[in-house]
Amino acid sequence: MGFYDSGFPILSVITYLPLAGALLMLFINKENTGAIKTFATIVAAVDFVLSVPLWFYFDRKAAGLAMFQFRETASWIPSLGVKYSFGIDGIALLLILLTTMMGLIAVYSSYTAIDHRQKEYYILLLLLQTGMIGVFCALDFFLFYVFWEVMLVPMYFLIGIWGGQRRLYAAIKFFLYTLAGSVVMLLSILALYFFNSSGIPFLNIKGLGNAPSFDVLQFHQIGHLISPQLQFWIFLGFFLGFAIKVPMFPFHTWLPDAHVEAPTAGSVILAAVLLKMGTYGFVRFALPILPDGTRQLMIPIVTLSIIGIIYGALVSLVQKDMKKLVAYSSVSHLGFVMLGMFALNPMGLRGSVLQMINHGISTGALFLLVGIVYEQRHTRLISEYGGLAKQMPMYATLFLIAALSSMGLPALNGFIGEFTILLGVANANIWWAVFAAVGIVLGAAYLLWLYQRVFWGPLDNPANKVLKDVNKRELLTLLPLVACMIWIGIAPAPFFEMIEQPVDYIVQKVDPGYFKRQPVTYPSEAAERAAAVSSALAAIQAEVHR
Amino acid sequence: MTWADTLLLLPELIAATGASILLIVPVLGGRARGHMAKWAMLALMAVTALAVIGSTYAVAGVQQTPTFRAMFAVDAFSVFFKLLFVVVIALVTLLSEDFLSEERYSTWEYYSLLAFALCGMMFMASGVSLITIYIGLELLALSSYILAGYYKNHEESTEAAMKYFILGTVSSAILLYGISLIYGVCGSMRLSTIAAALSTMLSNDALMFGIMLLAAGLCFKIAAVPFHVWTPDVYVGAPTPISAFLSTGSKAAAFAVFARVFYVAFPAFHLDWSNVLAAIAALSMIVGNLAAITQTNVKRMLAYSSISHAGYSLLGIIAMNEMGLRGILIYTMVYVFANLGIWATILMLRRHAYAGESVEDFRGLHKRAPFAAFSMVVFLLSLGGIPPTAGFIGKYFLFAAAVQAGFGWLAIVAVVMSAVSMFYYLRLVVAMYLEEGSGAETIYSPSLRFVTALSLTVTLVVGFIPELPIRQVIESSSHLVGRVVQR
Repeated sequence: MGFYDSGFPILSVITYLPLAGALLMLFINKENTGAIKTFATIVAAVDFVLSVPLWFYFDRKAAGLAMFQFRETASWIPSLGVKYSFGIDGIALLLILLTTMMGLIAVYSSYTAIDHRQKEYYILLLLLQTGMIGVFCALDFFLFYVFWEVMLVPMYFLIGIWGGQRRLYAAIKFFLYTLAGSVVMLLSILALYFFNSSGIPFLNIKGLGNAPSFDVLQFHQIGHLISPQLQFWIFLGFFLGFAIKVPMFPFHTWLPDAHVEAPTAGSVILAAVLLKMGTYGFVRFALPILPDGTRQLMIPIVTLSIIGIIYGALVSLVQKDMKKLVAYSSVSHLGFVMLGMFALNPMGLRGSVLQMINHGISTGALFLLVGIVYEQRHTRLISEYGGLAKQMPMYATLFLIAALSSMGLPALNGFIGEFTILLGVANANIWWAVFAAVGIVLGAAYLLWLYQRVFWGPLDNPANKVLKDVNKRELLTLLPLVACMIWIGIAPAPFFEMIEQPVDYIVQKVDPGYFKRQPVTYPSEAAERAAAVSSALAAIQAEVHR
Repeated sequence: MTWADTLLLLPELIAATGASILLIVPVLGGRARGHMAKWAMLALMAVTALAVIGSTYAVAGVQQTPTFRAMFAVDAFSVFFKLLFVVVIALVTLLSEDFLSEERYSTWEYYSLLAFALCGMMFMASGVSLITIYIGLELLALSSYILAGYYKNHEESTEAAMKYFILGTVSSAILLYGISLIYGVCGSMRLSTIAAALSTMLSNDALMFGIMLLAAGLCFKIAAVPFHVWTPDVYVGAPTPISAFLSTGSKAAAFAVFARVFYVAFPAFHLDWSNVLAAIAALSMIVGNLAAITQTNVKRMLAYSSISHAGYSLLGIIAMNEMGLRGILIYTMVYVFANLGIWATILMLRRHAYAGESVEDFRGLHKRAPFAAFSMVVFLLSLGGIPPTAGFIGKYFLFAAAVQAGFGWLAIVAVVMSAVSMFYYLRLVVAMYLEEGSGAETIYSPSLRFVTALSLTVTLVVGFIPELPIRQVIESSSHLVGRVVQR
């Protein structure tokens, strides 16, 4: 396995393998659906297997810019200063693992759900995966933007072709909403770019900013030099792009439509990975590059997050459609992620990052579970069900675990994430934590009530008496998710260890005085860390000078 | 004037001679051999292209070679556009094949007019004096008027030609009036002399009026709001291959002129005219895109879309910086190929009267013609500016230029409108891929297939490996930008 530490472009391989698989699938006869499914599954599985060793070869202790590992840099459009630049830190690594796992699950869970135009379906699913992984790997704004936009097209088709009744409306809404956000983000990127390459006085710092560049890490170094006023506007552009993707209240209206209309695998990918791109965008770009902008917009964003938490939960409470309920619960959960992030302290950010993963796992599982009964009954109305626990005991158990994980029961992953977020938020402002706690209570309410209505009570609808419990294939898609829920719930330490350096790095960027102000428990370690950060900074400066 | 000067004029001479020969062939008894005309035309294009390339060797090492008393110049900028024009005319020739054989119109005269139009376009690209530019423009315009009415027996085509002719003539008159005012103030038609005269002036109402009239005339040619009203009617009424030509070649030529005149002659008055053009650009983007949303006729939709694209391209002129000029060049190229590809698909459906005009005709196209449908998606994404297609690179340059020049509000209008534009582009995608049912019949001739394949290749190559075209564009435009920096 020397691949992973020898400069072999492993990230590119993981990124483009699904694309290559999709291209090869063009040559499979579209009647031969068995071969198509098998091939797509193999590609997704190989991709997952290739991504797992990243976990082991990743150096968790590397601090500063060295924490971006598995770097690949090549020239792409030299005349614009665009580089093909890949590299991941602990946050991106976790999200990539989540993506490859969910990608495999999405392919495997679609065997019976998709019954027409199967070849196109699996091709698009694999294309989507390339786009998603690329977004998490890219360390060049231009490249990032390309992947970010590329993803839209396959998702648009997935919703539009294999979706429910109102699929056309949902697909176009999804596409236009996201596109509107991302083009505004493009303007922000351009503003950064020109800020970087034009002759604005302070940029005459030798070697910095004179060559046109889209290098994200370089922006990390010089971003704070941008005037606060300009930072505000640039941040606002990023905010629009990312907040629509997250989605934050009030930009969330595309989400319920897209989720309800999308096929099960589409919803799973959408919830587990696509929504994370928004939050990932904040932690990777907006926060570290624009510290002043972040602080200026902190209160509005926190307010929107809290509104999102409570609004999402209240709306979930009154949903009649299971899928819509889970969709709105995402608005609430992502509100938590945003709130934790904008506590702007290590605890809140850690919880926020972990909760991104948790939400992907729990909500992904819930969508899969809803998909299983939908496939048999072709309805998702809660009132159509009742007493399923007797008919489908295995299914009921799995659903219970997923629901408990989603509502944050101790010993499952959701608890760890939400608890850490609450700690961080309380540290920033106790009242925010109070509001967030209300959200948790409401979350327990809508999920338990859903569970009660669907699984308990009499099994009086005759149509439900013929429901089959989860089969082996469905079980195989769900078990890894349940395992992850329990793993993170019981032993989250490896995950925290993975994101510790990146989180500290971001906090250091956003709030340079933070670590000086805080009473640090382990002074030597903190000093070491600070030294490492500053030496890394010096190293990058020296490199740029050259 | 020397022989060397004449050699520089070789491409235009070849085009004009070829056009004349094509015109007299039927008189000499070639009318029966109508099918030969296409090959004759393609051969003419090949020779012209070689001459254009050859002319670059004649001026190798010299950035710009003005000749004929500095009325005509061969430079990298003109060569870029001339090659683009030759390719466009060759592709339009291929697009026209079926239309001509089906409608039984005279083929030789048709191609002759196209060749004359090409000649005019090449003069436009090379003109460094307002009078050369005007004559080239008129040659193009007169050929276009006739071509737009080539559907002699169709009322709509005749109406379109009439409308185009009357409005076009008025706009030419406005343009000419503007030129005369500029001449009156500066005492010269030469762009460089005008620039020199302007750099010593503070402000001059007559001159500003002249510049505005000139801009108005050019805005008519590129179909920018509020000079756009002719566009939808002409695109719908004209024979489809001619609509394709008008929306690509003719516009590209107008943009070549727009760019050269404003970048070379008027940089000194940039502050005065840029806001007016900015308003025109914003209006074009907004009106073009919003009007396109309501269209059910695909040709009309494309007409409005082309109005909006005129607005995007104007960003490059308004910005008045390196990025902007490069943006115009690359965007013109990108837009031309995406559009030609789309027109090829429409022509494929254009059988039995007026198919290929309503969105319904595209229903289920992915089953009947998977390659055409896939290419169409790529072209539409390119027009919408979605990476990794060429359109993104083009729009990137234009938006970046606007941001760099400080026209932030215009850039915001542009990005929002380009998101809006996806709404109607996606309608065709929806029809082709998401809606079942039978649309129009398709007959996919090899010529159309070739046009689609070439356009697709360009659109994807520029999208994925933009370095090469960008470098070409920088090379082709740097000598004009030099002047901007000098001021």
